Amino acid sequence: MTDVIRTERLTKHYGDKRVVDCLNLRVEQGQVYGLLGRNGAGKSTTIKMLLGMVQPDSGNVTLLGESVDSLCPETRQRIAYIAEGHPLYNWMTVGQAVRFARSFYTQWNDTLLEQILDHFELSRRQKLRRLSHGQRAQVSLALAVAPEPELLILDDPTLGLDTVVRRDFLESLIQIIHRKGRTILFSSHILGDVERMADRIGILVDGVLRVDCPTDKFRESVKKLVLDFSGPAPEDFTCPGLVESWQVGSQLELVLVGYNEAQRQAVEALEPRNIEVVELNLEEAFIEYTRGRRRSLPLFASEPSHDQTVGDQGAA
Amino acid sequence: MQFQCDTTARTPIYRQLIDQVRRAVARGGLGPGDRLPSVRQLSRELVVNPNTIARAYAELEREGTVVTQQGRGVFVAQPRTELTKKVRRERLGEALDRLLVEAVHLGFTANELQAMMTDRLGQFSFVSEGNDSR
Repeated sequence: MTDVIRTERLTKHYGDKRVVDCLNLRVEQGQVYGLLGRNGAGKSTTIKMLLGMVQPDSGNVTLLGESVDSLCPETRQRIAYIAEGHPLYNWMTVGQAVRFARSFYTQWNDTLLEQILDHFELSRRQKLRRLSHGQRAQVSLALAVAPEPELLILDDPTLGLDTVVRRDFLESLIQIIHRKGRTILFSSHILGDVERMADRIGILVDGVLRVDCPTDKFRESVKKLVLDFSGPAPEDFTCPGLVESWQVGSQLELVLVGYNEAQRQAVEALEPRNIEVVELNLEEAFIEYTRGRRRSLPLFASEPSHDQTVGDQGAA
Repeated sequence: MQFQCDTTARTPIYRQLIDQVRRAVARGGLGPGDRLPSVRQLSRELVVNPNTIARAYAELEREGTVVTQQGRGVFVAQPRTELTKKVRRERLGEALDRLLVEAVHLGFTANELQAMMTDRLGQFSFVSEGNDSR
């Protein structure tokens, strides 16, 4: 398999903060890669570096076999990008935006563009300024797909879209995937969409690519264990692959990555009364994996009878 | 048959699809020779990556539930006969034991379990008597 995207030790600082840390990312031809991470984890910076819009402090990016610093125009034409929030020139009409975008490409599939605009019931005469957020997303998808790119990079494309528009958008993406050999990298916060679309996911945590594996493998490897003890649960359990532990009275909850025999034995050595292994869906697995140490919830409101502690704190 | 996919479930999408086909075959909703939607078709319908669908079909084919006929599509296979009666008995026995363990833990009596089984038998399509050569 050839790598369509390949980065080597890609690193970027903003001030003192290392936003992307030594990133080695590979996306193979035909793959649909979901880039995940919490806000500020470095997804957008990574995507901008992939496209040469942000200069890395060190490391390099290769797209379709060429360094991004010296992409020849022909190669650049094989890549399309949809930026976060679907920025478009507001004073243009849809038709003008089409003509503008087309001028950058030698290859341009007018029929396909027409089909997409038609499907979304967009007219070339409409002013971009007057379009809804969902319609703008549809226009930018149409513009990105018309040059029939081999590589499509989308930065949180469904952010802020309503459920129906989002589904329509994903349906169109599926159609694009069906065109053989297309490689897609997208970032998203909607894990249900990621599960539908992505063959492989990468999870950035504080700029580090912590997870990079097939989508199903990740969700299958993260397990939550609930241990019951006769007395109070032990407090400082650790073992390799432990993401977090959470002790409540006689119960100990553990989140483990790559659940295996060694971990099972370590857990059994605690001699709990009962061990329950909980499977997680992708969203739950992602939350457990990226949440970090769980703290007690602050009290926002409480029943009058329990009000005392809150009142005390307020007075202090 | 109508496929569904639920991304909030704790079962991966490809597993959900496998289970749905198996269930439909067991209940007679799908019979030998029935054609399943193509990977592309189902991928579009469910808005799911085609590779996920292909994975489900590959798994179903491996276990002998469906067959792919090049250029024609994916079809429900003839009931599997390549396994000996002995192996099939063993597999069913294991599944039954799991069911019985669950029933005991849930506090059912043997009679209650039997009644429930009898109740549900009608919902599934079994091989007719005398049709089982081995």
